Amino acid sequence: MNTSIPNQNPIIEIKDLKKSYGNNHVLDGFNMVLNEGENLVIMGKSGSGKSVMIKCLIGLEEHDSGTVVIMGNDISKLDHSALDDLRTEVGFLFQGSALYDSMTVRENLEFPLRRHKKKFGKIKDTTPLVMEALENVGLAHTINLMPEELSGGMKRRIALARTLILQPKIILYDEPTTGLDPITAKEILLLMMSIQKKYNTSAIIITHDVDCARVISNRMILLVDGINYIEGTFEELSVSTDPKVQAFFK
Amino acid sequence: MNSIFKIIELFKAFLLEIGELSYFAGRFFKEAFRHPTEFKEFLRQCFYMGNRSLLLVAVTGFIIGLVFTLQSRPTLQEFGAVSWMPSMVSISLIREIGPIITALICAGRIGSGIGAELGSMRVTEQIDAMEVSGTNPFKYLVVTRILATTFMLPILVFFGDAIAIFGSYLVENIKGNVSFLLYYNQVFDALEFSDLIPATIKTFFFGFAIGLVGCFKGYYCEKGTAGVGLAANSAVVFTSMLLFIIDFIAVFVTDIFYDM
Repeated sequence: MNTSIPNQNPIIEIKDLKKSYGNNHVLDGFNMVLNEGENLVIMGKSGSGKSVMIKCLIGLEEHDSGTVVIMGNDISKLDHSALDDLRTEVGFLFQGSALYDSMTVRENLEFPLRRHKKKFGKIKDTTPLVMEALENVGLAHTINLMPEELSGGMKRRIALARTLILQPKIILYDEPTTGLDPITAKEILLLMMSIQKKYNTSAIIITHDVDCARVISNRMILLVDGINYIEGTFEELSVSTDPKVQAFFK
Repeated sequence: MNSIFKIIELFKAFLLEIGELSYFAGRFFKEAFRHPTEFKEFLRQCFYMGNRSLLLVAVTGFIIGLVFTLQSRPTLQEFGAVSWMPSMVSISLIREIGPIITALICAGRIGSGIGAELGSMRVTEQIDAMEVSGTNPFKYLVVTRILATTFMLPILVFFGDAIAIFGSYLVENIKGNVSFLLYYNQVFDALEFSDLIPATIKTFFFGFAIGLVGCFKGYYCEKGTAGVGLAANSAVVFTSMLLFIIDFIAVFVTDIFYDM
């Protein structure tokens, strides 16, 4: 269990977020605050709008109404260039890793660096940065391999290294342990915790995995029917008598 | 009555597709002139597309040259006009057969490849990953590919034409004992700039259409592996149809210029 106490400085604030696809109201007034150094776990059934919420948060999907403020910036008011700059501070780990399969591991890690000269200056040799990111996930030896030569767990770790290379302050994890065997899932969890410790990042973790939530969360939100149904620590939620909450912990 | 409604619905869907494709093309022109340029990726795509289609274009061109000459020779012989063979082959190949056949081959080879590649990138969230890392995926993936097909197709057509004429020469050499120099002299004597220029201009449009439709189908691919297959398949079908429409317009416009 994650016992470290985060600061109370909000780094992400979501207010009354709404998103519909036709008559399907996926998010119906979702509210959330992520504090600095905090690991916030969001749980919910499949189709409850967790992934849509995280995509609205990073600007991959346009929300219908409400506000999303990241580090003091309302993302709906940012132009494309400002949004790209802000995205260097927010890493995103995709559920399926989303490694570029036509590139080697090295090229996958170098790719995000090309567009962020503002943050890093002109980098002549990217090797030290790439190696540092790979060493963080314990896969320095895979630098010249292609994604198809990696196992599922390795791909997830390389994707995490690619996220880390931009040195983000916030990391969004979309189901980081889904589809992995229990041992690899545990390795990924430990890695996520060590990264948070090393870089003092804040994280939003979307998961179905109760073990993952127990180990990593400072706070949890249960997303039901597009709203934050209940909020609290893992201990508080695990003893709740509400049948909708209990359904996750049984 | 039901079938009329079906036809109307199909026509509506077709118009909607044309509208979306036009919007996509508009976005291409907007992004193509915006900084930063993805020149390295453009060159990589040019090499990849040219290299990937070279052998196929060469083999097809060679066979077309052979077959075309073999089929036409007896008729020309009947009229005692075999000496017209080089001029007939060169004009028909350069003006029409070379560009349209090469474009159709590239629609199958390159267009479907682009559709499948971008489609699988969409399905596996690689395009989203590019966007969150601060790279404009439209510019990096779409603009570079459309520009590459636009500039590579004319080169492939020239190459295909040259190989086809060589194939035709081989038949003439075997059947009529015509020397290489004489045959090529007659080929180039028959050609004018008014044959070459309109044919070359239309190949740029063919290339643009192949890249545009392939990218459009792949970029907006529906989720799932079936979506990827559909993107690749519909890219070829839609492009082939578009190529014939462009060809018709090009011939029509060229004809107007000739009349003037």
